[in-house]
Amino acid sequence: MNEIVDLSMLDWSRGQFALTAFYHWLFVPLTLGITFILAIMETIYYKTGDPEWKKITRFWMKVFGINFAIGVATGIILEFQFGTNWSYYSWFVGDIFGAPLAIEGIMAFFMESTFIAVMFFGWDKVSKRFHLVSTWLTAIGANLSALWILVANAWMQNPVGMQFNPDTARNEMVNFWDVFLSPMAINKFLHTISSGFVLAGVFIIGVSAWFLLKQREVPFAKKSILVAAIFGFISSLFLVTTGDGSARLVAQNQPMKLAAMEGLYQGKNGAGLVAFGIFSPTGTDPANDKLNDFLFKIEIPNALSYMIHLDANAFVPGVKDLLNGNEKERMLSAADKISRGKMAIETLRNYKNALTEGRKEEALQMKDKFMSKDFQNNYFKYFGYGFIKNSNELIPGIQLVFYSFHMMVILGSWFLIFFFLSIYFIVNNEITKRRLFLKIAILTIPLVYLAQMAGWTVAEMGRQPWVVQDLLPTVAAVSNINAGAVMVTFWLFALIFTLLLVAEIKIMTKQIKIGPNEGGH
Amino acid sequence: MKLGRTLWAIILIKLFIIFFVLKLFFFPNYLKKNFNTDKERSANVIENFTKTK
Repeated sequence: MNEIVDLSMLDWSRGQFALTAFYHWLFVPLTLGITFILAIMETIYYKTGDPEWKKITRFWMKVFGINFAIGVATGIILEFQFGTNWSYYSWFVGDIFGAPLAIEGIMAFFMESTFIAVMFFGWDKVSKRFHLVSTWLTAIGANLSALWILVANAWMQNPVGMQFNPDTARNEMVNFWDVFLSPMAINKFLHTISSGFVLAGVFIIGVSAWFLLKQREVPFAKKSILVAAIFGFISSLFLVTTGDGSARLVAQNQPMKLAAMEGLYQGKNGAGLVAFGIFSPTGTDPANDKLNDFLFKIEIPNALSYMIHLDANAFVPGVKDLLNGNEKERMLSAADKISRGKMAIETLRNYKNALTEGRKEEALQMKDKFMSKDFQNNYFKYFGYGFIKNSNELIPGIQLVFYSFHMMVILGSWFLIFFFLSIYFIVNNEITKRRLFLKIAILTIPLVYLAQMAGWTVAEMGRQPWVVQDLLPTVAAVSNINAGAVMVTFWLFALIFTLLLVAEIKIMTKQIKIGPNEGGH
Repeated sequence: MKLGRTLWAIILIKLFIIFFVLKLFFFPNYLKKNFNTDKERSANVIENFTKTK
């Protein structure tokens, strides 16, 4: 397989998927969060009857509408790529991926779309109560849409609840609940939607800050900030908690990713947490040139061990332990895993040959062996390692993952402080005087998008070389198609998405400048 | 209502490009296009997976 895959095809396919996913994700998180903020604002209007809250709700609903209209369906292109560029992956994941996506399409998408229509066009046409219910259901529907794709993504990070069928080369779901309720899936969903909530909070505060700097719509802006800041602060706390949970799950299921996130090369008891670090551009570990030395780092002693195991002296494996193995910690070496993976592939090959050559009894014995618990747990578990030629391929891009992770954490901490200050200034009626803070609030909007992208970079680049952890490397997942076709669509997507982004920014800034008192849906 | 018309136009143009240009001309399903039955597709996938030496 490795010999026949055109690496430029692989790189272009990965680049295309990353480009599409990043652009798609520019639109999604605002929808996830702003719909709940809208629902809260409309609830206040419903309870108080104050028309100012109706005006506030309708303005932010218009902003949401622009984002929704421009972003909707951009994710479908990712599904096209599965079938064309990633056909072996699509086949291998089988109904594990298909089922959640089908549920997303049938349930969440239709639920969201139906109630969005009532939300946008139902003002003064349906009862206030029904309109409010529709707004809440739009928020729930939007987040349920995200649930299913995140369940599928979590399965790629930690494949559970399935059985590989050697006759079809597909994974078949044996326990829906194991897939749906895996800790990885639950945590990924909660962490991702709370990041969307934080983004929406920052966005509303930032735009409201612009109104305050212009001394326009002051009561509107203050009320918007109050709701967004409280919502954002609670969401930030939730984001930190679920982020902590994520790190623990990564440590359990993707220890190499954790080692990359922390730049931990040699595992140890009482491992420290690198709060900040810069890699040397040239100096590397003498034993492995993929491991760049730190030029400078600030480390909190024992904090990583405590964060992962709630034990300050617990052992945390580093890159070298994962490559060379660690007998004391009962860790297999990469060479052992590669050998077991090759055995799993060879058994599959022999089974297929026996079948095609009509050696039915031998084939049956091989299938029994392949499906036995022992073989599944000790050999098939490492199926993907059989595609790995050099154990260094198992190391993800450490600097990219490390910097992305730390950028995400530093920005996440800033958002928590930012929401706290927003609440403090608004409650003490100081917000209009804090012009520097208002300017910083506007600048925080792009930072929250940057943090989102950094988070996805950690999740997806940190998983490399795997597309499905330990079972399927990226190199084995890609179709045998021409790189030229992928290059064409790469640039086509770059153009289309850039046009959409420019349209979004242009239309949204125009509507924001118009303000809440003019224009309608 | 100008905003509403603009957004509807963007949605419709985008859907047209996605489903009638990209899907039809650039994104055929590789396994469905090259193989007629699921059995053939499975055989091709297994063949590709087991070529590693």
